[in-house]
Amino acid sequence: MVYHPWLPNLDYENEMIREIGVNSIDDLFKDIPEEIKLKRLLNVGYSKPLSEYEIYLRLLELENKNAKLRMPPFLGGGVCPHYVPEAVKFVISRSEFYTSYTPYQPEISQGLLQALFEYQSLMADLLEMEVVNSSMYEWGSALAEAVLMAYRINGKKKVVIPASINPYHKKVLETWTYGKEIKIKEIPYSNEGKINLEVAEKEIDEETSAVYIQQPNFFGIFETDIEEIVDLAKKKGTITIMGVNPLSLSLIKPPGEYDIDIAVGDGQELGLPLNFGGPYMGIFATKWDGKLVRQMPGRLVGLTTDSEGKRGYTLILQTREQFTRREKATSNITTNEALMAIANAVYISLLGKSGLRKLAEEIYKRSHYALLEFERKGIGKRKFNSDFFEEFTVSFPISYGKIHENLKARGIYGGLKISDKDAIFCVTEVHTKHMINEMIEEVKKIVETS
Amino acid sequence: MWRQANWNEPLIYELSSDKKRKQGIIIPEEDIDVKIDIPEKIKRKNELEIPELSELEVVRHFVRLSQQNFGVDLGMMPLGSCTMKYNPKVEELTSRVVENYHPLQDEDTVQGILEMMYEMQKWLAEITGMDECSLQIPAGAAGELAGVLMIKKYHESKNRRRDEMLVADTAHGTNPASATMAGYKVIYIKSNQEGLVDIDILKEVVNSKTAGFMLTNPNTLGLFEENILEISKIIHSIDGVLYYDGANLNGILGVARPGDMGFDIVHINLHKTFAVPHGGGGPGAGAICAKGELKDYLPYPIVDKEGDKYVLRNPVKTIGKIASFYGNIGNVIRAYVYILGLGPQGVSQVGKMSTLATNYLISKLKNVKGLELLAPHRPRKHEVVFSAKPLLNDKGVTALDIAKALLDRGFHAPTIYFPGIIEEALMIEPTETEPKETLDKFIDALKEILEESYKDPEKIHQTPQNTTVKRLDQVKANHPTSVTPSYRVLRLREKGVIKILK
Repeated sequence: MVYHPWLPNLDYENEMIREIGVNSIDDLFKDIPEEIKLKRLLNVGYSKPLSEYEIYLRLLELENKNAKLRMPPFLGGGVCPHYVPEAVKFVISRSEFYTSYTPYQPEISQGLLQALFEYQSLMADLLEMEVVNSSMYEWGSALAEAVLMAYRINGKKKVVIPASINPYHKKVLETWTYGKEIKIKEIPYSNEGKINLEVAEKEIDEETSAVYIQQPNFFGIFETDIEEIVDLAKKKGTITIMGVNPLSLSLIKPPGEYDIDIAVGDGQELGLPLNFGGPYMGIFATKWDGKLVRQMPGRLVGLTTDSEGKRGYTLILQTREQFTRREKATSNITTNEALMAIANAVYISLLGKSGLRKLAEEIYKRSHYALLEFERKGIGKRKFNSDFFEEFTVSFPISYGKIHENLKARGIYGGLKISDKDAIFCVTEVHTKHMINEMIEEVKKIVETS
Repeated sequence: MWRQANWNEPLIYELSSDKKRKQGIIIPEEDIDVKIDIPEKIKRKNELEIPELSELEVVRHFVRLSQQNFGVDLGMMPLGSCTMKYNPKVEELTSRVVENYHPLQDEDTVQGILEMMYEMQKWLAEITGMDECSLQIPAGAAGELAGVLMIKKYHESKNRRRDEMLVADTAHGTNPASATMAGYKVIYIKSNQEGLVDIDILKEVVNSKTAGFMLTNPNTLGLFEENILEISKIIHSIDGVLYYDGANLNGILGVARPGDMGFDIVHINLHKTFAVPHGGGGPGAGAICAKGELKDYLPYPIVDKEGDKYVLRNPVKTIGKIASFYGNIGNVIRAYVYILGLGPQGVSQVGKMSTLATNYLISKLKNVKGLELLAPHRPRKHEVVFSAKPLLNDKGVTALDIAKALLDRGFHAPTIYFPGIIEEALMIEPTETEPKETLDKFIDALKEILEESYKDPEKIHQTPQNTTVKRLDQVKANHPTSVTPSYRVLRLREKGVIKILK
């Protein structure tokens, strides 16, 4: 093999070897003990290099093995289907962004740095928190890092979480905090699906490092006792962490209005596709407090000036990072989700403050309409009598598993089963009224024929 | 002369008028009679400060920003240990396979994605010489965390108390940071005169408290740890676990496998070795692989095959989940396409071609005045670390100055901030994708900068001149009175609302 489009020096091999002064490429590997040298080709890919067209065919084949659905799934769980505007896709496909790296040389990376600074700023205004890092991996790990950060600050090992936490985030939290032996205590939820304030009062004590509140919670329900919990936490010297769906924040109080210490969440809902679980976009923010900011994981972009006084952007407070602090670093994160942060910035910029509000209102309306229709048709009841956003829990008269399988057979993907007869549905701007009606009509047929 | 775009582009906030309403996108509306009735107690009180712009203004703004940025598609980025290789454009065909699928969908509806994941798990196991791989690692550091947590749980399940993690002093900073996150005390192993792990020190330090050793091979100096089999024997003699940091895998890909060297756990940075675009620092994608008993501790789920169906399975002693779902599958499939395109022959050539490029650079640069090289007789693999200390001593020009002068010539600079054991480090990684013609131009640029440094050091201190901005004030950027991490902070400071960051 002498030519390959991605290996341009195959035909220069002899010339380069001569220049180096060795007899063969193998001489450059003579420090590798003979017994561990691989003496065959790796058994990967298919038997030969595939041409671009053959790759296309293989991808088409894989695509066709996935189920075709007639409409976007009614699935949430902290990840919801949304329409991604072409302008967002266009900007993050600009190869100057797309093929760049961490801006270690700021003078040549101003575009990326400014875009990330704008992400940090737009998100800061949405959250009403002053400092937002330039991304974490996703919500679950951002939450885990927030809990580890609280532990670094106060050295306490007990963290209090609501039982209405997203269970997928909880699993990540458990794994990430296992090394530091953090003890997780759960507050049960009330009949209304909200944090049980009485239990919270007992659980948040002097030994509590941090308390987590998810708004809206896993059932899509708005927590209404956040102020009370923040007050409690302050009295006990506990750090407050709030998990948010950023899309809901044009309607409801952002973490800053509660004087929350650390906010986390996922930017997936701000211009990112479902991507079968990733890449997503972990949001991480703190209020203006040095003891929080200096313990913050991840990268920060800040303003400065160049040698001629012109405005410029650069990475700041890097002495917190593994880069220089090694084992004393605030976190091990280096590769983050920078490009997804830019997608968020473009999406928020396209919507603007009015668009953000309008979109949130439209989602609110459609999700409420869907729940009301289930009830009006007499095929499902709300499980919790509380206000909600985007997601809601329905109790069905028959096993939801049966409804689900039948829906699937008709090319519709329903909600997320959480018990025998209960499921959480997610309805957003990608679900038209027609689609919602059609889905509910199909559920009705299934319920009535069984 | 190379010049970068300079648009004096304002912040997006400054492009928007407070008084005029503009719209960048239409929100679809349905005729639905539902009143929005948020409880007063939780309603947002303060108005959003988000700017409003038309679609054109948003697009033009971000396109201008993109033009003020440098990526691999524009020029060489020889960032050592970051492996900035070219990202073949065919990878962009992948989005349709994964983009519209929800991670909580049933297995039977995503068989195509699971098949791809299954093949990747097998291929990555083959490449690393491990038994099994889990793909849910969003980046290398998360792979390290998974690895050290696996080591912790493994020892605990054997009722062994181990609280020390060994890390080579040449290691990436993520290694000690990850070990600390898992609750370990970090013990550094010093390198010898040749830049390799000092075996005598290792023997002295290893004891019954040692949980494992985190190592990369080739190491960050680009040197192959030729005593790796002895290192493996020492670590295994006390039932320790040998962990492979895959950040430098590119230099030996297809030549040697960590599993055959005695490593037990390996993480891979798919965005490095398998050419996934780095996106300005992310998203990446990774994998964590293990062999023998340790594979039972991998994060779940793993894709398995039952008959002709792909299913998700949990390893029996799993550490749990590192990410909420399956990791950055959107990027795993880009790496998958890269492997398809290279084929077994191409993948097996990568290590050789990247090593050839590195040693070619060394042959042209090793006698350049101002630079010095540790153990010059040793071949390097994927990268080489020169020291510009002679130049600093002679003319007061630093590695940072050289970096900035390279920017002026249309090249991204090498890594200069580590490894800590080399003063004034220039860590160059050319990768196998840079054509020889480009390597020659890079060599010429570097030589020219060194010559100029001897003639007119002041001129080098004044670089960069051709980039979007000139040299930036790092003190101001970081000072507690002026540190500005968001526009909100700028506004609040001007209003006198916020104070010095204590």
